[in-house]
Amino acid sequence: MQVATETVWQWLSEVSDPEIPVLSLTDLGVIRDVRWEADTLVVTVTPTYTGCPATAVINLDIETKLRACGIDELRLEQKLSPPWTTDWLSEEGREKLRQYGIAPPVERKSGDKAEAGRISRLTGRAGLVIACPRCGSENTEKISQFGSTPCKAAYRCRSCLEPFDYFKCH
Amino acid sequence: MTEASDLIANDILFDWLLRRGDTALVLGHRVSEWCGHAPALEEDIALANVALDLIGQARLWLSYAGEVEGKGRGENELAFLRDAWDFRNLLLAEQPNGDFGQTLMRQFLIEAYDLPLLRALERSADERIAAIAAKAGKETAYHLDRSSDLVIRLGDGTSESHARMQSALDTLWPFSGEMFCGDGVDDAMSDAGLAPKPESLKPAWTETVEAVLAEATLTRPQSDFAHSGGLSGRHTEHLGHLLAQMQFLQRAYPGATW
Repeated sequence: MQVATETVWQWLSEVSDPEIPVLSLTDLGVIRDVRWEADTLVVTVTPTYTGCPATAVINLDIETKLRACGIDELRLEQKLSPPWTTDWLSEEGREKLRQYGIAPPVERKSGDKAEAGRISRLTGRAGLVIACPRCGSENTEKISQFGSTPCKAAYRCRSCLEPFDYFKCH
Repeated sequence: MTEASDLIANDILFDWLLRRGDTALVLGHRVSEWCGHAPALEEDIALANVALDLIGQARLWLSYAGEVEGKGRGENELAFLRDAWDFRNLLLAEQPNGDFGQTLMRQFLIEAYDLPLLRALERSADERIAAIAAKAGKETAYHLDRSSDLVIRLGDGTSESHARMQSALDTLWPFSGEMFCGDGVDDAMSDAGLAPKPESLKPAWTETVEAVLAEATLTRPQSDFAHSGGLSGRHTEHLGHLLAQMQFLQRAYPGATW
């Protein structure tokens, strides 16, 4: 059975990220390519983080979904380059994150990319402003650079006092 | 597509890939030893996440090494079925965790080196090396933020935390020089346009280290004496103990899988 690749993309948009179930794999931007090589469907996937424990589960979920949709000849390929970035999160995905209680990634300020700026930034002088996903307040503080998963940091809102996850820029 | 195998002998490339993979693996295992023991829950989670990234990076390097070697060994065989003298990690990576400060200092000294190394490797003539480096570099930049931050906070902290950080620095400093000791493998990699010479990374490392140590009010040790040997398989006594723990399951139950 050889269906249009658009249909395959549609199917994959119905597969949830195993750690953040409000996001689909296409929201996350990890599906890089869907193509047919003769009778084989090839899906190219980019890992978010090299050590992300969800990578294996994501691959299994893709395979399970596509087989359930009737694809028999299937191959998954891992693509490292270009490396995944939070820029690939869809707009829809960012909004879903916010409604789920996770602050979406905030771009770094201009000029902050230089590695010379790293040390001043880490001392908090040029910190990011992360708005609380619950009350919208910008009066928030970082608790830990790593949160419940490698892709998130733990924050706390000083206004509504709720802790929340920040999907960090990567 | 350029492939390293066209540019350099496989045994040299294999050796070099092991250095990358083994250093990430051994350091990742060391950091993972903190799981359940860190001073605060957030630190516990952070260390576990850093360890995960390092082990993820080790898998990429070691898988490639296994393919280059061409003897049917994959990442698992290379990680779990080699003995200490076959490991090619930096001696610094295998040093014991000590206290929290010593763990962080070890992390900082290595990450300050890894970041310029990975940035340079992004320009490798080998696409696979460049791709792994680009992926790992993003994570390492993030880890370096964290380790620098904590070295500064603890160094410029209480008298107790300051003393411990200084002691960690003094203990680990003699192991940092090995990072810049290039040998024939590095020369061949550099000549083939595959990797930078380790010596070329020293200015960037020194700049980061001096800036952070200054902010942390820590004193850089004067001696430049450097222990070496890890990159050619001569290790400190600590690696054998680490491997005994890390490899136990695979040795006791060969081929075991989850």
